[in-house]
Amino acid sequence: MKAKVHVTLKSGVLDPQGKAIANALGHLGFTGIGEVRQGKYIELELAETDREKARQQVEQMCRQLLANTVIENYSIEI
Amino acid sequence: MKAAVITFPGSNRETDMLDALERITGKKPLRVWHADSELPKVDLIVIPGGFSYGDYLRCGAMAAHSPIMREVKARAAAGTPILGVCNGFQILCEAGLLPGVLLVNETLKFHCFDVHLRVENSQTVFTSGYSTGQVIRVPVAHRDGNYFADPETLDRLEGEGRVAFRYVTADGVPTKEANKNGSARNIAGIFNETKTVLGLMPHPEDATDPIQGSTDGIGLFRGLAEALA
Repeated sequence: MKAKVHVTLKSGVLDPQGKAIANALGHLGFTGIGEVRQGKYIELELAETDREKARQQVEQMCRQLLANTVIENYSIEI
Repeated sequence: MKAAVITFPGSNRETDMLDALERITGKKPLRVWHADSELPKVDLIVIPGGFSYGDYLRCGAMAAHSPIMREVKARAAAGTPILGVCNGFQILCEAGLLPGVLLVNETLKFHCFDVHLRVENSQTVFTSGYSTGQVIRVPVAHRDGNYFADPETLDRLEGEGRVAFRYVTADGVPTKEANKNGSARNIAGIFNETKTVLGLMPHPEDATDPIQGSTDGIGLFRGLAEALA
């Protein structure tokens, strides 16, 4: 079973990399760009076949390692 | 004082730390590799700077969950002083031994220069070699030194005297200009609840010999040696 995890910065947390990307896009001539936020995408191959159990397992992984919940939110897709 | 310096794959400032500890305390510290299952009984545990695990995922995240850190957490709980410098500070935050997290510098640049720090609390095992309000000059070398925590945590740190050092001007004023990495409230280093764990981004070990341009870091090691003698 495959799990897909998106890790994104919480809204109150400054994202200087996102800002730099927005600037670079502006330099390339793209207009109308609002805020840009950069995140991470992680794909996991799991042996677990039960969807609910897999989700719980990935939830634990997110809390313990994949995301730092002081600054990041995560979402899981199984 | 017997100290242990823990290294991970990608640590690179351990030699400076070992050298400073030996020169100032007169005792050769132990080197402990992260995969060593045993951490000998010591008076001080140091996690030096570097780029453990190539900063994969987040700075310090991999090292924070390595087996040796379980033992470090147990020692911290038992009251053994733990010092984390630079990547060591990031690791202590990721391990949950200190609150908050170090984000990428506001400038998005690697910072490598001297900074002025104000000692915010000299009543700890780490800072007894200084006086509160004293300004010291030490170098920084990091890309991710922008300290972040939620406002409640910051208030608690300030209220409990747990801010160890702040970025200031040469005359001791915490300005925006002195805080180049963008740290919340100019925070350069913090203590845990019991003030027996200290994490800081600047490198006091690299300001312990006239040849390094400053000897202001000596106070930290001398204070520790006296307190833990």
